[in-house]
Amino acid sequence: MVQLTTANRLASLRTAPGLRERLDLPRRVVFLAAVSMIGIVTLLLGFIAWQGIQLFVKDGVPVGQVFSATWQPDATSGPTNYGLLPFILGTIAVTALALLISTPLSVGLALFLSEVAPRWARAIVQPALEIFVGIPSVVWGWLGLTILVPFLHDTFRHDFVISLPVLGDVFRVPGFLTGFSWLAGALVLSIMILPTITSVSFDAFRAIPQELRTGSLALGTTRWQTIRHILIPAALPGVLTAIVLGMTRAAGEALAVQMVIGSQPVLPRAVTQPIETLTAAITLDMGNTVFGEPWQDALWTMSLVLLIISVASVVLVRLINKRRMAL
Amino acid sequence: MSASTTPSLHLRGSRRSILADRAATVVLWGTGAFVLLLLGSIIVHFGIAAWGVVSPSFVLSDPSDTALGGILPILWNSIYMLGLTMLIAVPVGILGGIYMSEYAGDNKLTEAIRFAEEAISSVPSIVVGLFGLILFVDNFHMGFTALGGALALTMFNLPLMTRLSEQALRAVPQDERSASLALGATKWQTIQHVVVPLAIPGLVTSIILTAGRVFGEAAVLLFTAGLATPAHYDFTNFNLGDPASPWSPLRPCTTMAVYIYKLQSEGLGIYVSKVVDGSAAILISMVLAFNLGARLVGRLLTRRLTAA
Amino acid sequence: MHATATYPEPVLRRVKVPAPIALLGAAEAPLDESTTKIATEHVSIRYGRFVAVRDVSLQIRERSIMALIGPSGSGKSTFLRCFNRMNDLIPGAKVEGQVCLDGENVTDPDVSVVELRRRVGMVFQRPNPFPMSIYENVAYGPRRRGMNGRRQLDELVETSLKRAALWDEVKDDLRRKSGLALSGGQQQRLCIARVLATEPEVILMDEPASALDPVSTLRIEELMRELRKAYTIVIVTHNMQQAARVSDVTAFFTMAEDRAGYLVEVGPTGRIFTRPTERLTEDYISGRFG
Repeated sequence: MVQLTTANRLASLRTAPGLRERLDLPRRVVFLAAVSMIGIVTLLLGFIAWQGIQLFVKDGVPVGQVFSATWQPDATSGPTNYGLLPFILGTIAVTALALLISTPLSVGLALFLSEVAPRWARAIVQPALEIFVGIPSVVWGWLGLTILVPFLHDTFRHDFVISLPVLGDVFRVPGFLTGFSWLAGALVLSIMILPTITSVSFDAFRAIPQELRTGSLALGTTRWQTIRHILIPAALPGVLTAIVLGMTRAAGEALAVQMVIGSQPVLPRAVTQPIETLTAAITLDMGNTVFGEPWQDALWTMSLVLLIISVASVVLVRLINKRRMAL
Repeated sequence: MSASTTPSLHLRGSRRSILADRAATVVLWGTGAFVLLLLGSIIVHFGIAAWGVVSPSFVLSDPSDTALGGILPILWNSIYMLGLTMLIAVPVGILGGIYMSEYAGDNKLTEAIRFAEEAISSVPSIVVGLFGLILFVDNFHMGFTALGGALALTMFNLPLMTRLSEQALRAVPQDERSASLALGATKWQTIQHVVVPLAIPGLVTSIILTAGRVFGEAAVLLFTAGLATPAHYDFTNFNLGDPASPWSPLRPCTTMAVYIYKLQSEGLGIYVSKVVDGSAAILISMVLAFNLGARLVGRLLTRRLTAA
Repeated sequence: MHATATYPEPVLRRVKVPAPIALLGAAEAPLDESTTKIATEHVSIRYGRFVAVRDVSLQIRERSIMALIGPSGSGKSTFLRCFNRMNDLIPGAKVEGQVCLDGENVTDPDVSVVELRRRVGMVFQRPNPFPMSIYENVAYGPRRRGMNGRRQLDELVETSLKRAALWDEVKDDLRRKSGLALSGGQQQRLCIARVLATEPEVILMDEPASALDPVSTLRIEELMRELRKAYTIVIVTHNMQQAARVSDVTAFFTMAEDRAGYLVEVGPTGRIFTRPTERLTEDYISGRFG
């Protein structure tokens, strides 16, 4: 009797093979769902890369031409030249200016939320930032188009010149012709990336152990000295990550930028002038071109460049974080 | 040590570092005030702009070239697109989240999935749209369809959905899992009956947050769901194979965000800017509602589940 | 319920309580006729409606070591933090009564906390060196108040590290080695050096050895006896033997029924540990409570 019971118990501890198969089914399903992301990335990289090299493979455009400054894609109006330099430099220019405006503001805001704001102020500002994230990019573009662009045009219409008696004009920024400009694009973008940079830097500041703050304050330093000399250096990897993420978002934003940038494929020279970015050119021309013609192939090359930028930024963020782990 | 030369403790404002501290405090408060002011003025701006435009008839009538018209078909498209996308993205995202939270080991494959997750979220949305364009429009010859748009949006949202569900599931205390396993439940039974139910508030919040993003997205849809303005929808046409039916996934499907982009780029007609202002106001209110909804529902569900 | 302490009697040499160091330490140098450095009068500290410390009055003499002992939750650390106003950092914390440093009330809203904290340094329970080199850790305080001369700083860093008995162990890679790369005991001495470099008059120590091994603890205690020659030291400790070994005066705290901490008695360490006047103190040090 007793022996039999023990035997039964032992037997029940072993799972029948058929049952084991069934136990594994859910595991396979959830595994597939997770792995689908690898599939999507591979397909996406493959397709965009394949389309992106057609300009060179099928249309026979030399790779070097892409790095020239002349954009003349229309075969009906003379010899073509697919120079992407205006777009690449345009993207870099708008992104850099947006970061220049947004970074101090966002990091300041992150510091405000993590170091300065009393609880009630944080309870107001944090939800406000979440709403910022939710405002669609076309709405930002529309605000830029209807408020910012006319404002820039009306206010800074005239050339800004610094003249010295003997030397003549030493500094000159032309006034806004239309308001559609490098600066308008950068301003719109700087607001759009503000929540990204703020929230990632905020997390970096919050992650600093409280002991470092009390340690510094107990030495008789002011809060600002503590922020500048302890907190900012300690949070630097996180803040850099935030800036790279903001940069990625700025470089990849399409519609809002296209609505205010002015779409002139020229090399960026003055912030008051219209320029063009990779995303804006794709948005504008993809619908006006025919699949397979060199003009559209050049647009695919542009999207390949964008893809390379974004993958590079992911790698960059990983490198920054790996260094943080090592420290 | 220096008791003889002890300076008074009342030295306020005399030192540069204290002045710098004051200045910094003012500047940092300024950043907070700036954000609130900006958001406030945007809301007020659209409140004023939408005054006299947004009305029941604006929401419930068809677009018109010659009069103010309405946005009913476009609003419908946005909701339809949202539903279709969530239908695909929610199950896949939650299942993926379950894998990442409950099964994923510390190995190369998990690392690769995380890399893919980060890579997709950093790919510009316009490039995701282009990918949809090659895949669905050019390769599958589907043309601009709601289904193509929803699939592209799913790709775009999957990383976010997966990560948010993973976080929600991870937040379930380990003890709950141990308790269930100790009672002899299998791993999957534990997930099904203990982990997922406990994570529901977090999961619902993540669904609503993802939905808000779908609602505002335009760049992904531009080249997948199309830019055509529908004139009129016959909501009694339930023939799913008919591209004219508003219920069909195989029809062009211009959403609110895309419509705003299209209208401003065409710049025709005297009513255009009013329609855009009105649509933008509705879009923002929707996003606001999603945001508030996510908080409210999350809080309500947490209360109900923990009280029960 | 509070006790105001006046203690004219010299420290007794018949200390019953443990270690022989107690005899070498506390008893070695009798209190001189120095002046009062810190005096508190009817100090109460609340967090919102909760009273953490109630009505404490005591005096701390210049160049002496006072130990604050008592069970957890008796408000010793909170009380310690009102000397350099670290309680200001806790939202809702409020200090009532007077805390005087050299006769000046430090709770006065007009007082510059920055100046106060420079004169009243603090060493924490867990060593908290900054993530920078040993040199920069020590130079941090002086640099923040505008000392930039290379030679001046070098000198100050060296003397501070020497006083903290760390110089010999770190002098070879001062600038290369991170403060975080040191051992726990070394880190704590680095934190002491960091405080010394700001040239304080008072050093507050909040259980400075509780996270350290016995050997490191002993070194910190030796260091405290050494520092006593120049500084006024207030130490919070859970370790009664430590209090007996290092301090000149001991104050015993406990908590009332409403969980508010209060001062039971204060007196020369030798007397507190051999002839406490209060029953509560006796129970605590003989291990019947706590």
